[in-house]
Amino acid sequence: MTDKNLPASQQVGGTATAEEAARVAEFEARIAQGESIEPKDWMPERYRKQLIRMMSQHAHSEIVGMLPEGNWITRAPSLRRKMVLLAKVQDEAGHGLYIYCGTETLGVDREELVDQLLTGKAKYSSIFNYPTLTWADIGVIGWFVDGAAIVNQTMLAKASFGPYARAMVRICKEENFHKKQGYESVATLANGTPEQHAMVQDAVNRWWWPSLMMFGPSDKDSPNSAELMRWRVKRDSNDTLRQRFVDLTVPQARAVNLTLPDPDLRHDEASGHWLFGEIDWKEFHEVISGNGPCNRERLAARRKAHDDGAWVRDAAEAYAAKRRADASAA
Amino acid sequence: MSNETAGSTTAATPPADTQWDLWEVFTQEGEGAPHEHAGSVHATTAEHAMQNARDVYARRGKVVSLWVVPTTAIIASAPSDAGPLFDPANDKAYRHPQFYKVPRGVRGM
Repeated sequence: MTDKNLPASQQVGGTATAEEAARVAEFEARIAQGESIEPKDWMPERYRKQLIRMMSQHAHSEIVGMLPEGNWITRAPSLRRKMVLLAKVQDEAGHGLYIYCGTETLGVDREELVDQLLTGKAKYSSIFNYPTLTWADIGVIGWFVDGAAIVNQTMLAKASFGPYARAMVRICKEENFHKKQGYESVATLANGTPEQHAMVQDAVNRWWWPSLMMFGPSDKDSPNSAELMRWRVKRDSNDTLRQRFVDLTVPQARAVNLTLPDPDLRHDEASGHWLFGEIDWKEFHEVISGNGPCNRERLAARRKAHDDGAWVRDAAEAYAAKRRADASAA
Repeated sequence: MSNETAGSTTAATPPADTQWDLWEVFTQEGEGAPHEHAGSVHATTAEHAMQNARDVYARRGKVVSLWVVPTTAIIASAPSDAGPLFDPANDKAYRHPQFYKVPRGVRGM
């Protein structure tokens, strides 16, 4: 593989690769010792790429996640619920910004990431492509979707990349309220009139399976998992996290007299786990490849919000330019 | 070659929004506590950075003070300097009180 006409740094085999291999070995030894990787540290390009992909998808999910809930702010049934929902949606914007800022430490511009989202090139969590049909959906999203996100993010708070882990610690601290307010709202409806109970049961029926899909493909079909686990970006596999979420959620559903739409759901005494039925992976792949019920609507809403906010960005810039001009004139 | 490709891509897309300069944010969580790095924000001016820092990093909790610093103003040590900068600290046991012996029974030392 060695081409004598190329300088060592461009050799495919030979010295450069041996050096590279030594650096990778040193990097992996640091990770194995539980050390944290910081932005200025040497890292394999593949580690950087995987993190940019994963973190930007995560940031986009926080941003797009505001849309299904934002739809209900003006229709919240009481001032208390409206206040809570406003605070939650504002948190999601903040969480998106925490993660974009962590991603930028890897040497990528936020502008570029935002552009990838707006042009439809970037992926985000499949869950946000489902519609919020009734007020009960808002409670169920807090309980299921934020609950699932917390299971995932608690693991990511120990990720090997420092800025990602620190953003997750910050997010986890704030997100517990998201789940609890959702469950409180669900419990209120479940204990309400028969119509309210039916409405929240319907929301549970619609959100359960998409929530399980949030953890991503099954381990055997997850191409990125092994590498991400070896580099300790992730500590647990998709299936392990999914099982953790199911085990947490089943008793919570029972406590408020709601059923989960899975005839195969049963408690396994031997393992202590709640075993669940087969996920419809065809639906999952349809939704992540852009054909979910709301993919187009979400992107259109996001683009509109971006365009409608242009005057604010222009004004801020004009003000800054005026300030600079004033300062130089003085 | 790669530059040309990047250039033509930029020209083909509508003018991108500027995301403005980057500012690092430090929060003090409680009187007497140190200011700690929280993250960063994009902003046009110091005032704007302060407002964004407030919205992003002080929505709840006990933040009592904020610093915003242009990211470019921060001089950071390089990972490769860690050896010369910090290693000598490990073999100077005499900088620690445990290094010194005092007669048995003496108190308040």
